[in-house]
Amino acid sequence: MADGPERATERALEIAAATHPDLDLTEIDPGIGRELVPLARLPEPAPPEARRSDVDQWGRSEHFRALTRRAFDPIYKHWFRVEWEGFEHLPEEGGALLVANHAGAIPPDAPSIMHGIEKDLGRPVYGLAEHLFRTLPVVGTLWSRSGGVTAHPDNAYRLLHDEERLVLVFPEGTKGTGKLYTDRYRLRRFGRGGFVDIAMRAGVPVIPIAVMGAEETMPILFKSPRLAKMLNIPYFPVTANMLAFGPAGLVAYLPAKFRIRVLPPVYFDVAPNQERYSRSRVMEESERIRRMVQDALYDMLRKRRSVWFG
Amino acid sequence: MRALVTGLSTYWGGRVAQALEQRPDVEVVVGVDTHDPRTPLERTEFVRTDSSHSILARIVRATQVDTIVHTHLVVDSTRATSRTLHEINVIGTMNLLAAAGAPSSPVRKVVLKSSGLVYGANKADPYFFREDMARTGPANTPVERSLLEVEGFVRDFADDNPHVDVSLLRFANVLGVDIDTPFTAALRRPVVPEILGFDPRLQFVHEDDVVDALMYSINNDIPGVYNVGADGNLPWSEVCAIVGKRRFALPPAFTNLAAEPARLLRLWDLPPEAMQLLRFGRTIDNTRYKHAGFRYSYTTATTIEAFAQALRLAGTIGDSSPSYRYQREVEDFFRHSPAVIRSPE
Repeated sequence: MADGPERATERALEIAAATHPDLDLTEIDPGIGRELVPLARLPEPAPPEARRSDVDQWGRSEHFRALTRRAFDPIYKHWFRVEWEGFEHLPEEGGALLVANHAGAIPPDAPSIMHGIEKDLGRPVYGLAEHLFRTLPVVGTLWSRSGGVTAHPDNAYRLLHDEERLVLVFPEGTKGTGKLYTDRYRLRRFGRGGFVDIAMRAGVPVIPIAVMGAEETMPILFKSPRLAKMLNIPYFPVTANMLAFGPAGLVAYLPAKFRIRVLPPVYFDVAPNQERYSRSRVMEESERIRRMVQDALYDMLRKRRSVWFG
Repeated sequence: MRALVTGLSTYWGGRVAQALEQRPDVEVVVGVDTHDPRTPLERTEFVRTDSSHSILARIVRATQVDTIVHTHLVVDSTRATSRTLHEINVIGTMNLLAAAGAPSSPVRKVVLKSSGLVYGANKADPYFFREDMARTGPANTPVERSLLEVEGFVRDFADDNPHVDVSLLRFANVLGVDIDTPFTAALRRPVVPEILGFDPRLQFVHEDDVVDALMYSINNDIPGVYNVGADGNLPWSEVCAIVGKRRFALPPAFTNLAAEPARLLRLWDLPPEAMQLLRFGRTIDNTRYKHAGFRYSYTTATTIEAFAQALRLAGTIGDSSPSYRYQREVEDFFRHSPAVIRSPE
């Protein structure tokens, strides 16, 4: 073993002498190869990446998303008959924060918006939602595979700023989906305006979206705060669907006609990546965007002749 | 450089000492631990101490070391009771930092091996933890609490001693055939646990990258807190698939209780903090250390693949690592006997 490198060097010198007779090889020390042998064990080269699934680092699987799109497409087309207005306001590139109103006990607005944009604009949408999803077995995994991401400010920032994605957020959160049918189309508070803060930080516009129809797909008649507390969920609804179809009402939506109106993008004239932004400015912008969506909804409702046919 | 390595008998301490010995500019390597070293070492001087490093101040004064590498933080709570955990992590680090920060102390660099456990794994977590983010849930396990306490000491120490470069490295879960963690142990079994309905994103780091990362902080002056985890993350189901193991689903409720029989049968010993990982997963953002110049040899996927390949090899030819037994007389003879001709140059 010890004379291995020396023998190799000698052999190399012999070959060199035979092939290049003009070279002077007498100066070369035959022990020169010794230093090339590392003392520690040789590091093994990393094997190639052999993935068994296509789940990305956000937990999404394109394969699974294609499946859900295929399953949802008939519902989108024939059940909700989604129609878009102002689709041209959606950017073909760059990050943007889509902000929409939220309704329906188990809200169908998120998949409808995501499906429509992915189908017609060809850009993936990342839907931010309550971290409640992450705690649900099976449902949470499927939600994540299909493109759901926990609504954490840093997640949103990464998607908007670093990856320049379209990110969909419902600032009303469960206050929007958990409201009674009698309060329909009256927007709740837009959180604490966190979404404005993130858009400013990431340097992207907010695109307000008004969704009409989701309220009537699964109207909440009563709520049971006690059951909600027991099950540790934000609200326990008794929906019209449940009364009509029994347990099947948990998944059976009423066929309300969907209209989705995309409003012109709102740009904030501030430098991105600031340590913090003026609270009052953030609240002001948040309220202005809420007002825009609310006004658009009133306008759309004025024009709506029938809940079921639009 | 004169270096002191704590936890010499642990896998990490041994490998760091080996790497330090290779460097010609390292004059002295002193290693301390409670047990005999388990790796063959050329010139490292081994001193047996108690688990809380109470004689460290004397060793530092006597040896005039300028660099301390603290690899002896227990991050695997199956290895120690919460009492010894506290003793080793909290008291040990306290004594170590006291020794390093003593007046006229020669120490100019401290490198610590902490863990991503300080971030926890909770439902409200960001998908990628950066170094400046706090955990979102309370630290419920002794190991997490002790590591948080240790990091607090380290922050104070760095503030009080601006002339000392303090690098704190937080590692993702380590995979490698040579290292025993709850995850490597579980992945060696024919069946591997999962929590029914959960398939979290998990990140790993290769054992060689861990040693390289520690050496990188020793070799460069880059004080600060750094996450060290390989690029990317994989769902647990895929990790098991690559390693070629079947999964056994534990119920999503009362999970720790349900895992108890397996624990008693010594099938898997996954502590509560590992169970949290199987539920929510964790990924740490490694960009800060990359910006500091560190390069990984493995991604998370290749780390798992390398582990799977090494397991297959070990399954065929058996455990290939030669066993080494430390014998003080032999080691002393080679280091100090006048009969031995040292340093040929």
